Amino acid sequence: MIIETDGLRREFAVRRKVGRLRRRTEIVAAVDGISASVEAGESVGYIGANGAGKSTTIKMLTGILVPTSGTVRTCGLEPVRQRKELARRIGVVFGQRTQLWWDLPLRESFTILGAIHRLGRAAAQERIDQLVTELELGEFLDTPVRQLSLGQRMRGEVAAALVHRPQLLILDEPTIGLDMISKERLRQFLVAERAERGTTLLLTTHDMGDIERLCERVLVVDHGRLVHDGRLDQLRQLVSLERTLVIDFAEPQAPLEIPGTERDSYEVDGLRQSFRFHPSATTAAAVLAAATELAPVRDLTMQEPAIEDIVRTLYHAS
Amino acid sequence: MVEDRVLSVWPTIIAARIRSQWAYRVSFLLNAVGSFFTGLLEFAEIFVLLSASPVYGGMTLPEVTLVFALASLGFGFADLVFGQMDSLPSFIRQGQLESFLTKPLPLVPQMITSSFQLRRLARVIFGAVALVVAVQFVDVVWEPWSVLVMVGSVVFGFAIYSSLFVLAGGCQFWLINGTEFTNAFVYGGKYVGQLPGSVMLAPIRVFFTFVVPTTVTAYLPVLLVLQRPGQEVLPSWLAWFTPVFAIWSWLLATLVWRAGVRKYTGAGG
Repeated sequence: MIIETDGLRREFAVRRKVGRLRRRTEIVAAVDGISASVEAGESVGYIGANGAGKSTTIKMLTGILVPTSGTVRTCGLEPVRQRKELARRIGVVFGQRTQLWWDLPLRESFTILGAIHRLGRAAAQERIDQLVTELELGEFLDTPVRQLSLGQRMRGEVAAALVHRPQLLILDEPTIGLDMISKERLRQFLVAERAERGTTLLLTTHDMGDIERLCERVLVVDHGRLVHDGRLDQLRQLVSLERTLVIDFAEPQAPLEIPGTERDSYEVDGLRQSFRFHPSATTAAAVLAAATELAPVRDLTMQEPAIEDIVRTLYHAS
Repeated sequence: MVEDRVLSVWPTIIAARIRSQWAYRVSFLLNAVGSFFTGLLEFAEIFVLLSASPVYGGMTLPEVTLVFALASLGFGFADLVFGQMDSLPSFIRQGQLESFLTKPLPLVPQMITSSFQLRRLARVIFGAVALVVAVQFVDVVWEPWSVLVMVGSVVFGFAIYSSLFVLAGGCQFWLINGTEFTNAFVYGGKYVGQLPGSVMLAPIRVFFTFVVPTTVTAYLPVLLVLQRPGQEVLPSWLAWFTPVFAIWSWLLATLVWRAGVRKYTGAGG
């Protein structure tokens, strides 16, 4: 068992205004009794709305926060008490903050990380070269991190978290703010990394695309409690994971039929049409190719299923 | 098979820091010149004062300069090494503290090396220049013990000012906008440390000796090597206890820092 929590709970004191001057301190449970376990080699998506308690859970798993009550074991260790030992076994990426040294280039950061994790110089270099190739970091290896684009930086962050070949990789919103191509590149890399090394993966995300491409199992958290724990295909049966491709055509069109999809809307004489499809039936690329064949396409947007809707459906179902 | 050598962590980090600062040479040099002039400006204040009246707090210009130089050296080294400890709120805000907690290294050295500002060395250089000039004019007894006292004042001054930066960081776990408060004893302490302690009001003198011990970083050791008795609250023999003051201030800083980290991780305290 690589992650084990039992009745995990974390409270925060929040000061609220009551009346003009009086303030009352209230205890709010950000995580409210989560019991779950993850086995080595699994890949688990941890989803929930903003403020549902995802980041607080991650902080307790990685040794940043102590649980108010309940127990947590990561890689068989007590995270806060055995923080340094744990840090040698896990890799952590926070999408919205950097783990890298802001004014150093990636090349220096990787060398430092090799030293921090006590890798031999040659062994570290071999691993770094491998990551640089697989994540295509070569072009900007000597640029200070603060000058990198978000997509470049995220790839650098993931590489930095993997230099020491951790057993467990924890990603907190790794694709937030990335464009579709950067997202896809990162997902492809993570799939390959897992296939090759069997790294356990735990990720939080707002993007169902990440979940579908990377996770076998999904935990859904709402108001600090687990509302769903099951395989991705079970989740698929419970909620609709359909996505919608909205296509703007260059000229007005008659309603188009695209195999594997259902037409969702037809606007402005067919200038804009949208197609709903299930990712198991077809892919966005196939839908786009079919549409392009029928008429010239000007623009497109993709609508992913919203986590909030999924949580709501699950909440009513349970 | 050749042994695969592991790089040692801290030298690797510091070397990388220095390389990255050297990559922006002009900005580095301008900052260094700026630090140097800050020291010069502070000294100018003393110089102006002493050209109006020949004696300040019972000391002549060269003697005050010696106090200023020793305190500047101690503070300069402390600022160089521990100078970013009192910007804890920005470490928290930018999530760097969380990032440090997920690395297999202790927290304080990670913070120290996170922005090793070599330009602060300029401050040390200014102190050294002031020291060289001052000793030409001062009536110091040159004996092994007096040299030891002066070297000791820099070494323990470094320790005491460093502990103040750590203490300030520790306090800021509670006072997220408390830089104003912590500046009062960090930079206030430095200011007092650079002056003859006798010019302060008695309560301030006591505070900056027995609570925040900065008068022992230069003023008292200088009194000792000049073979002056000092005053009632501050006899010069207190300078012999400088190591004790350093231990006390580190004890206080460590306690507050530890409690702060425990508060941050929610482990109580």
